[in-house]
Amino acid sequence: MSLAVLIPLFPLIGFLINGLGFRRVPKSLVGVIGSAAALASFACALSLFLNFSGQPEVVHIFDWITIGDFNISMSFQIDQLSLLMLLIITGVGSLIHIYSIGYMHHDEGFGKFFAFLNLFLFFMLLLVLGSNYVVMFIGWEGVGLCSYLLIGFWNKNTNYGNAARKAFIMNRIGDLGFLLGIFLIITHFGTVEYADVFSKVAEGGYESGDKTLMYITLLLFVGAMGKSAQIPLYTWLPDAMAGPTPVSALIHAATMVTAGIYMIIRSNVLYSLSPETLEVIGWVGTATALLAASIGLLQNDIKKVLAYSTVSQLGYMFMGLGVMAYSSSFFHVMTHAFFKALLFLGAGSVIHAMSDEQDIRSMGGLRKKLPITFITFLIATIAISGIPPFAGFFSKDEILAHVYEHNKLMWVLALAGSMMTSFYMFRLLFLTFFGEFRGTHEQEHHLHESPIAMTAPLMILAVLSAVGGFFNLPHIFGGHASLATFMEPLFAQSHIEAHAPNESTEKMLMIVSVIAALVSAAVAYVMYVSKKAVPEADGTETGLQKVVYNKYYIDELYDTVFVKPITALSNIFYSFVEFLVIDLIVEGIGKLVKGISGEARLVQNGTTGYYIFAMVISIAVMLIWGLRIFILG
Amino acid sequence: MLTLTLILLPIIAGLLTLSTKGENAKVIALVAALVELALGAYTFFAFVPDATSQFGVSYNWIASAGIKFSVGIDGISLILVSLTTLVVPFIILSTFQNNYEKASIFYSLILFMQAGLVGVFTAKDAFLFYFFFEATLIPIYFIAAIWGGENRIKVTFKFFVYTIFGSLFMLLALVYLYIKTPTHSSEITALYETARLLDASQQGFIFWAFFIAFAIKMPLFPFHTWQPDTYVEAPTAGTMLLSGIMLKMGTYGLIRLLLPIAPLGVKAWGTVAVVLAIVGIVYGSIIAIQQKDMKRLIAYSSFAHVGLMAAGIFSSNLDGIQGSLIQMLAHGINVVGLFFIVEIIQQRTKSRELSSLGGITQTTPQLTVFFIIIMLGSVALPLTNGFVGEFLLLKGVFEYNAWMGAVAGLTIILGAVYMLRLVQKSMFGTTTSLTEGFEDLGLTERATLLPIAVLVIVLGIAPNIILKASEPAVSQLLSIINK
Repeated sequence: MSLAVLIPLFPLIGFLINGLGFRRVPKSLVGVIGSAAALASFACALSLFLNFSGQPEVVHIFDWITIGDFNISMSFQIDQLSLLMLLIITGVGSLIHIYSIGYMHHDEGFGKFFAFLNLFLFFMLLLVLGSNYVVMFIGWEGVGLCSYLLIGFWNKNTNYGNAARKAFIMNRIGDLGFLLGIFLIITHFGTVEYADVFSKVAEGGYESGDKTLMYITLLLFVGAMGKSAQIPLYTWLPDAMAGPTPVSALIHAATMVTAGIYMIIRSNVLYSLSPETLEVIGWVGTATALLAASIGLLQNDIKKVLAYSTVSQLGYMFMGLGVMAYSSSFFHVMTHAFFKALLFLGAGSVIHAMSDEQDIRSMGGLRKKLPITFITFLIATIAISGIPPFAGFFSKDEILAHVYEHNKLMWVLALAGSMMTSFYMFRLLFLTFFGEFRGTHEQEHHLHESPIAMTAPLMILAVLSAVGGFFNLPHIFGGHASLATFMEPLFAQSHIEAHAPNESTEKMLMIVSVIAALVSAAVAYVMYVSKKAVPEADGTETGLQKVVYNKYYIDELYDTVFVKPITALSNIFYSFVEFLVIDLIVEGIGKLVKGISGEARLVQNGTTGYYIFAMVISIAVMLIWGLRIFILG
Repeated sequence: MLTLTLILLPIIAGLLTLSTKGENAKVIALVAALVELALGAYTFFAFVPDATSQFGVSYNWIASAGIKFSVGIDGISLILVSLTTLVVPFIILSTFQNNYEKASIFYSLILFMQAGLVGVFTAKDAFLFYFFFEATLIPIYFIAAIWGGENRIKVTFKFFVYTIFGSLFMLLALVYLYIKTPTHSSEITALYETARLLDASQQGFIFWAFFIAFAIKMPLFPFHTWQPDTYVEAPTAGTMLLSGIMLKMGTYGLIRLLLPIAPLGVKAWGTVAVVLAIVGIVYGSIIAIQQKDMKRLIAYSSFAHVGLMAAGIFSSNLDGIQGSLIQMLAHGINVVGLFFIVEIIQQRTKSRELSSLGGITQTTPQLTVFFIIIMLGSVALPLTNGFVGEFLLLKGVFEYNAWMGAVAGLTIILGAVYMLRLVQKSMFGTTTSLTEGFEDLGLTERATLLPIAVLVIVLGIAPNIILKASEPAVSQLLSIINK
């Protein structure tokens, strides 16, 4: 059996053990099994990576759905892209599993939690391993299910349940687009296998701007909007923070939400020939990056800030895709997985220490009590803000440089977004870890650094966040852009290359963005450390501030435009159309027939049962004997 | 001969059940249903996957008129016979917690019903088909009218008259075709030949006659108003029979009779039928969103699902019909599971109102797992049985017309909306006075739900077992249609 098959198999086995043995497997074993499953997958992925020949390999497992000549096979594809994704998913995934042993220790659903986490890994691995769009779709919907189950993990709380439901349904809206995209691929190319579809496109003489490809890519992008939380389908992600914090780190930051980016990179052959779609993607990404960052400026819930930050960073990745800087986007997927997972886990460590408090207005001064959490959180903050030499600087600047070449306005907006990023991140850092403690005495008394199971993953991720940029060190710093070079074969069939700026421009852009980030950080320092400002209590905001704090009222807008009308429609259909239109006509026809047959009077005098009985019998008699007379007569 | 056994066995067992008293009835019925299941399984695996009709027998029924008692199983019948033999044991098992009055009659009616259903799905003679089609109405009528809820008489009467009314159109069409048949035969395949002699307008009439009969049975929009009330009022076993198997008589009829006999009618009117079916999907789903009664909610969801099957069938391509067949099987399994869960909740809490439920999961890890798995099948999550059918059906409709495919696709969104609401409102949240201390599954309940949940996943992973069995027959049917 190929190693590739083992990779998703381990988490599946872990899921089955912890799931079927729920409340029977001893608690000490649950975490070990769950984490071992993730680590075993990581080991396999690493071994595949190290032994990779450079040639894509397809592992056929079985024929899943066969209709006539059309076959959807359950098969995996091992190539540069799936290998990198495998390493990120299983690597970061393992760390988060280990972290969860500490974080979820007191929860009564401990076993259930690890079962779901393993199931998530299984589907996520299927998503990136699949060699065709339908297997990707299995993973795609499967991770959506796990996201639903884990957001609603504490399902006693109805708000959490609602958040879970919202996530699933919004994702399903995207999934419909994805599914229609798949249908279009099937009707047009007669296959769903990546290799076949792409070679048909590459050899089929498709012009750039081909209409079919445009529809396909747009529909697939709708799927990506849902899964990767882009405008207009992003509002589920902030709500998804209802789930336990490790879930936010793994699913809603590091892995699942990047599935949309994975899918577009995977389909780069199609996208490179669809400039209109790329333009849409670029602008949707830009708008999302800006909008989410601006909301992040004023949020006071530690996880909400990080959630909007994630939406915003995903926007940057799409911006990169929009200008065909595929490997740069992927680079950002990777570094983001490191520092955003770290931020969430750090936030989890804070929440853990604060006895489940999430409001940064009640925190402050935590750096003394939680030194490891503080240092690692600081590293992640520097990394995400784009300050060298930490990971985020390299990946974000690569995207910005390509954006600059493509469209100057988009670059200006991206820069504005990155200034906001730096501001809200340092605001979060300062309010949480600096100044005086603002919580209750009880909380203060309880403050403690987290156990080693939690801090070890923090430290590993901190190292990765610090040095992750060197995986793809650009030439101007004497690097070899190793990641981009490794990924090059993936784009061989896409004939159009993205333009990178020349070295002097690149340097200039870097300096500008570093200055911007530092200025923002300094402003945050002045406001929240020197002046010791604390955000005002809820309800006291005014004007624009209030609008932003309330997330531009987008949720309320959706409620008014979609939810309420559908609810109203449901009621109208049920109480009016159903009974007063359709059924009345039916009853009318029925009465007419009854009237003609003179039966109405008898039916109404209380002996209905008797008459129906007579009718049944007569029909039976008619069938058996009458039929004969009827035919012969 | 095997086919005949499959029909006769439940009848004999039914008579046997009728002659017993008290507790024994359900046991005898269950044993009979399990033997029938074993026979059904044997049939499935002994079936040679080609386009022929197998295991058949043929006797003269009304020899002078060329009407035969002729039954047999081809790939299409096979799927529905499998469904019937598979689902009935679960239906019987699901009643084990109940003690019905006149239990011997109750269980014998279920078995008679099963015989009738197998008859419908295996009949090779058009009049025999009609005979079974009507005959199944009798047991289900009594099941609903005797053991049903408060409004059972009024509701069952409406259901009865409505479906009889529809069938008369079919009878009319069959007689008309029979008269036109030069060979004086009522073999269904002979009617296929006869249909070639008819012009487009004649086929148009036949199309509508069949359409009304089957559309009422399934039901399709706007012929559905008997359905939610009947599903709600019938005892749960009856609802399972109706939704799990009986409505498939309608979809089966479309495939077996309507498409091949009136291809020109389909050409002229098929689009109207597809549009009606899709309207039903969206309309039924939207109504389901706000339902307060669990049973009624599932009734509307079933109505929406069957709309998609019909749309796929009327697309008359391989994907659509293969998709509809596997979806009939999947839907039958899932809907029985869902109605059973409702029954469990109703027995424990005496309520089906979502507003008075909630928090059940706190004491019921097993029920929760089964409920969620079956719910996932019902919302067509990949690797569950519902996905394969829905994927193929939507693909079929999409190939027929991309826009219609897109609208029909709304089912994957709306389905999630109402099904997740169903689960959340009943299982999650805080407990109410009714759900406090809700007991988890007992032995027979587990014995019913476990195989259903396993089937949800197995058919989702290995659908080719089913698809390969029916494909040759469907391909042949399509070649007749497109000739």
